[in-house]
Amino acid sequence: MTENLPETTDGHHAGPVTVEEPIPNPGLPTHQWRPTDVDPKAEKRAERQVAALFGLAALGAIGFLVSYFVFEIGDQHQTDTIGNLGASNLMLGLCLAVLLLGMGAGLIQWARKLMADHEIVEMRHPAASSPEDREAAVAILQTGLEESGLGRRPLIRNSLLAAGGLLGLLPIVMLRDLGPLPGDKLYHTIWDMNTWTPAQQAWWATQHRTLQRVVRDVVGTPIKATDLEVGDLVNCEPEIHFATSPDGQPLMEGTALMQSKAKAAVILNRMLPGDIVSAQTQNWSVDGIVCYSKICTHVGCPISLNERTTHHLLCPCHQSTFDLADSGKVLFGPAARPLPQLDITVDDEGYLVARHDFDEPVGPSFWERG
Amino acid sequence: MSLDTSKIADTNRGTPATAKKPNKAGAVAGWADDRLSLGTLTKAFARKVFPDHWSFMLGEIALWSFVVLLLTGVFLTFWFVPSMSESTYQGSYTQLRGVQMSDAYASTLHISFDVRGGLLVRQMHHWAAMLFIAAMFVHMMRTFVTGAFRKPRELNWIVGSLLLLLGILEGFAGYSLPDDLLSGTGMRIADGLIKATPVVGTYMSFFLFGGEFPGDVIIPRLYILHVLLIPGLLLALIGAHMLLLVFHKHTQWPGPGRTEKNVVGYPMLPVYAAKAGGFFFMVFGVTALMGALLSINPIWKYGPYDPSKVTAGSQPDWYMGIAEGLLRIMPNWETHIWGITISWNVMIPGQILPFVLFGMIIGWPFLEAWVTGDKREHHLLQRPRNAPTRTAFLAAMVTVYGLLWAAGGNDILATHFHWSLNSITYFMRAAVFILPAIVFYITRRWCIGLQRADNDRLLHGYETGIIMRSPEGAYSERHLPISEERAYTLTARQRDEVHELHPAVDENGVAAPGSRSDQIRARLSQAMFGDNVQKPTAQELEEARHHAEHTHELEAGLAHPASGHEFDDHNLRDAEDVPLRSH
Repeated sequence: MTENLPETTDGHHAGPVTVEEPIPNPGLPTHQWRPTDVDPKAEKRAERQVAALFGLAALGAIGFLVSYFVFEIGDQHQTDTIGNLGASNLMLGLCLAVLLLGMGAGLIQWARKLMADHEIVEMRHPAASSPEDREAAVAILQTGLEESGLGRRPLIRNSLLAAGGLLGLLPIVMLRDLGPLPGDKLYHTIWDMNTWTPAQQAWWATQHRTLQRVVRDVVGTPIKATDLEVGDLVNCEPEIHFATSPDGQPLMEGTALMQSKAKAAVILNRMLPGDIVSAQTQNWSVDGIVCYSKICTHVGCPISLNERTTHHLLCPCHQSTFDLADSGKVLFGPAARPLPQLDITVDDEGYLVARHDFDEPVGPSFWERG
Repeated sequence: MSLDTSKIADTNRGTPATAKKPNKAGAVAGWADDRLSLGTLTKAFARKVFPDHWSFMLGEIALWSFVVLLLTGVFLTFWFVPSMSESTYQGSYTQLRGVQMSDAYASTLHISFDVRGGLLVRQMHHWAAMLFIAAMFVHMMRTFVTGAFRKPRELNWIVGSLLLLLGILEGFAGYSLPDDLLSGTGMRIADGLIKATPVVGTYMSFFLFGGEFPGDVIIPRLYILHVLLIPGLLLALIGAHMLLLVFHKHTQWPGPGRTEKNVVGYPMLPVYAAKAGGFFFMVFGVTALMGALLSINPIWKYGPYDPSKVTAGSQPDWYMGIAEGLLRIMPNWETHIWGITISWNVMIPGQILPFVLFGMIIGWPFLEAWVTGDKREHHLLQRPRNAPTRTAFLAAMVTVYGLLWAAGGNDILATHFHWSLNSITYFMRAAVFILPAIVFYITRRWCIGLQRADNDRLLHGYETGIIMRSPEGAYSERHLPISEERAYTLTARQRDEVHELHPAVDENGVAAPGSRSDQIRARLSQAMFGDNVQKPTAQELEEARHHAEHTHELEAGLAHPASGHEFDDHNLRDAEDVPLRSH
């Protein structure tokens, strides 16, 4: 049997692998018969068990088909339910489970109780090819190398390598049009009216105002300073997000609106004017109302967890905490930069408006940000 | 046995020499065999032996849940629309009617509320994905802790590791597809991670999203990755994984008759095929049960994605938990220099550490092979206790994983247990370094203690629970020898060899080559194997046996010597008239 022994392929450990055995290997234990092997009654019982499991599986299949046609689906609150669960989903799932588990359990029971359970011994062979095969393989490769003349003709070899390398370059170059270059997109938001499209500017010309209002998100209503109590936090957007053309169509929708929201979303927070610490926060506020970017400077989650009594703002994703009274300074968490503040004031009608765009890029850091 | 004449040609004239066709099925098989050599394949593989142990089932769970993923996934593709074009929802779910949303989100709602069995299949698909990755993790830990990665299986270890990485990527791509508020927030975080890449981060982000985040191409792009590219790679790697498994033959636990040179178990046909096939239905059935009873990813509660909204308590799928934890506990380091920004606070936890941690696990087998210098093939598994350093290393890594996972849910911990969020975070920053070291030390000593206990069992036998009182009045517990099979199994392992340092200079005073790496190797070898307890030698066992016999002789004069078998079932087991196994 020595031809079956795995061999070493290295000189360090000569000789075949053997487990040094202080106790000799007693050999495979003798096979023991199962009750189902020797007792016809037990065998019959096992047979009935397996058949019963397969029968149950068939019932599961029928139950599934019945459930499919019997139960209504649709809104959870208007459709058939069992307990709190949608009846269709529950019954389809349970019946499918009965079908599958029945088949599985039946097969396993069959294998364990009724199929022959004699263990078989197979010999292993070393993974390595035999030394002769290795030599033959090397010889074949050598012949191939010589017959092709790859080694003798460096000109052919090198020009092929150059062509192959260039071929590999093409798909990389072709990925260029996956997206546009960043340009200065990350440096501006829609709060900067210079970035507006002609349609948006045309709309603005009909408004006869100079500064863009900070409006409530979802509804788009403008906000007066008196609308906010001390401690209030309001989620806001620039008013252009809600502008409509004369025929009632929104000027911004779809991707453009999403991209704009991802940068221009802000929060308003009102605190006692005396609580404000930094001069810039003071200068850019109205009666203790401050406006900050809602986009976390860590990895860009919208921040909106407001600690009402401390004017701290917490990011729900990674818990960076910013001090709204002190230029959005980072108090805690993985964010490195303060939250950008938006310079606000009130217009003639007393609504909160932005004086200008953020003076730095909002959102997560990037390499060329500076 | 009579001679089989069926293969002998029955004619040598105008018709080809073929075997007589016994029946229809045989005819089909014969037709196929003429073209595919099925007979040879069947002969080679149909009775292939697979060893049996419950832990070999873990990889099978992963395999079968992948099959469930393929089946349920195909069903979902019939209705899912991978598009970010927006429309107003008019489907069955009343609370979202009239809301503007992407087609991806709307079609996921359609699958959930307007396709019979759609929600079931969606939930089964998601549960199977969780199961797939969890099973791969546990299977990998089993492989690691039993030393199944040793030669010749190192490449399969790498293939398996790639499968786990791809599986996680596939899962992330998959749960981002519905374009709901939760998964959109995940994409936003991914965008932040990408932007933190040095030099090219912004470009990568713009190329991936087809412009500024979120753009309108990320869902279709993720979709094709999720349903074609990554599953294709997964299938190819699973194929390679299984081929190598068949080629190397499965590892087995040592035991009577089981050696490095053989493999003992049940044949593929019929037992293993029935068991494995049955197990596929069990895994499938369990996912059906979960899909029926356990709600998962109820995207209709989150709403469509809006980059200005977020839900408190946002949590990714479980396997992304450690990346989340790393992001949360990382100190806020950022460098601003020469007009550039280096976001250590995002780069280190998001791009570097996950791969460093994973690399440590993947690299361990190669470190171990280098330190031991072992070039032999290993087909017998090691008990975790017999590789104390390796086992302790895994326990330490599991500790890191668990801590980071908990850190990824620090807000949930804070709100559920009324702990301070800040304190949890500060604790985790220190704990990820300190606790693994403690766990490593304890696990290692624990393993060595278990090795000692094994040797005690070999040398002195097992504790019977019988207290003997000698004529002098001394009490002792009676020990009895363990069975021959059990004793053999305990000793069926190789002795660890601590690598000896070659002299740094040879006899002529010239520095020996490679002495520096040799020193490191010797030191590592001492640290990894120096404290291990080796199995007793034949001589030690012999001495112990003599000692035991001597005790027996002393006790022989007693009026009623206790056999020691009063409290065990040896009498029952040794009896000739109980030939049946209990199950």
